[in-house]
Amino acid sequence: MSAAALAGVLAWAVIRPRDWPEAVAAVPAAILVTATGAIPVHAAVAEARRLGPVIGFLAAVLVLAQLCADEGLFRACGAWLARGSAGRPGRLLALVFVVAAVTTAVLSLDATVVLLTPVVFATAARLEARARPHVYACTHLANSASLLLPVSNLTNLLAFAASGLAFGRFAALMALPWLAAIAVEYLVLRLFFAADLAVGARPVQARSEGEPGVPVFAVAVVAVTLAGFAVTSAAGVSPAWAALAGAAVLAARALARRRATVVQLARSADVPFLAFVVSLAIVVAAVTGNGLGQVLRPLLPAGTSLPALLAIAGLAAALANLINNLPAVLVLLPLAAPAGAGAVLAVLLGVNIGPNLTYTGSLATLLWRRVVRQHGPGPSLAEFTRLGLLTVPAGLALAVLALWAALHAIGG
Amino acid sequence: MTDDDPPARLVLLWIAEGTWRACVDAALRLAPADASITLLHVTPAELPEAAHGAYLGLLGRRGPGRDPGPRVAELAAASAGELLDAAARRLGRPAARAERHGQPEREVVSAAAGADLLIMARDGDLSRLGPKSLGKATRFVVDHAPCPVLLVWPGPAPAVATIPPPPRDPPGHRP
Repeated sequence: MSAAALAGVLAWAVIRPRDWPEAVAAVPAAILVTATGAIPVHAAVAEARRLGPVIGFLAAVLVLAQLCADEGLFRACGAWLARGSAGRPGRLLALVFVVAAVTTAVLSLDATVVLLTPVVFATAARLEARARPHVYACTHLANSASLLLPVSNLTNLLAFAASGLAFGRFAALMALPWLAAIAVEYLVLRLFFAADLAVGARPVQARSEGEPGVPVFAVAVVAVTLAGFAVTSAAGVSPAWAALAGAAVLAARALARRRATVVQLARSADVPFLAFVVSLAIVVAAVTGNGLGQVLRPLLPAGTSLPALLAIAGLAAALANLINNLPAVLVLLPLAAPAGAGAVLAVLLGVNIGPNLTYTGSLATLLWRRVVRQHGPGPSLAEFTRLGLLTVPAGLALAVLALWAALHAIGG
Repeated sequence: MTDDDPPARLVLLWIAEGTWRACVDAALRLAPADASITLLHVTPAELPEAAHGAYLGLLGRRGPGRDPGPRVAELAAASAGELLDAAARRLGRPAARAERHGQPEREVVSAAAGADLLIMARDGDLSRLGPKSLGKATRFVVDHAPCPVLLVWPGPAPAVATIPPPPRDPPGHRP
């Protein structure tokens, strides 16, 4: 019964009937599995309580990213990319990599997908550069560059809570895998799109009139917030408070300048989504407790040897590609957590890098998309898939190797 | 018009980012004065789809107005329009415009059906003369075009010396 509830929740999330939020199916499903005893009430409450701070953390980061966009941060990024590329598409790609990797790491992958990608496209178009390599850089790095910090991806926030690592230690262990994954993406995209990158672009020299400047205040708040993550976490306080403080400062400024309303701010915190995550976690816990755990546990190797880490990451990537990485990480975390931080981080490598194999983040979404598009010519999937096959296995293997090295150098 | 008059010749220009100026200049130099010119731009359909796909991956976080796919499509349409405007200005004579979406190489080949000449620019490795220096899409169009093709260099052509020696040449020294 819990499995059916989970299938229903995921199907709803993929199909989204009438564009209703995912929570519409997930909340009743969570109530159902609790009411029928598939998960004990105290366990469901504990799950919700454990996830509360994680969800609050995420909400604060979502608001922070949106307020940075409102302050013109991404427009300023576009202007910087245009000037810095000096008419050379290869240079533009390198700068897009820097901006997309930092945006993803600091403001989460949502910011890169929703806020940065259109700006990068507009910049490439303005320079008359072919947009393909730069747009693919954004969509790929939104996944593979989301390894560095707990705030970079919701999957990381969930794993961060389960791993017991401090913020700084998490970042230190993931820095090398993050760089390894980015390096693989860069090399592959450079070669894959060599023909597009060879033709010149139009140089944009001096700062033009009316060009957006860097929103210094917003950048300073983000920098202080970032430092706050490390400081609060080292002091044993939840870093969610630092995120909340950063979002509150920018929100107060936006409200004072009448650039945002309370309603807009609440909307960017995305309350239905937060309810969806908690409900999904409860349903997944019910399924894992009623059989799925026993099925998957033997598949997950114990220990943190290099082959074990590779197998864990591979399994996580496969599951993420089947059903999307959010349910995948919820399923795998309780199984990996007893083996220690190394195993948890290997799960993250799999669920974060893996989704680049299917451009919609999961096979389920991809298949549904094909069903919907049956009656129209869809764009070719060959290119997405080729690019995914070239980057994901290599990126995953190198990132696992880097994690293994980091675990040995720093200690889990 | 009498039956003896040859029909106006149809010249198609593939207007692509970064290389379109060379096509327009070639048309100005080489297209017959009475030719009817069409400026074609193709927006790759996979770009909005890639942005939309990444957004679909954000399970549960799909609020109204957050999808970057339509925004990219909108920007792409605006940018295609601007590129065709710029090409028409540089051409300075009447020309039809065609904006297509899809796989660029296939769209260009299908648009070239019935044309008397397709003018397009090289991309790929522009630093040497072959082999395999053409980009994939350009190579496809050269292979499949149903009409004569004029392939122009977007900049100065590399020297003939950039062609590698024939494979049977002994490696190393030359007299």
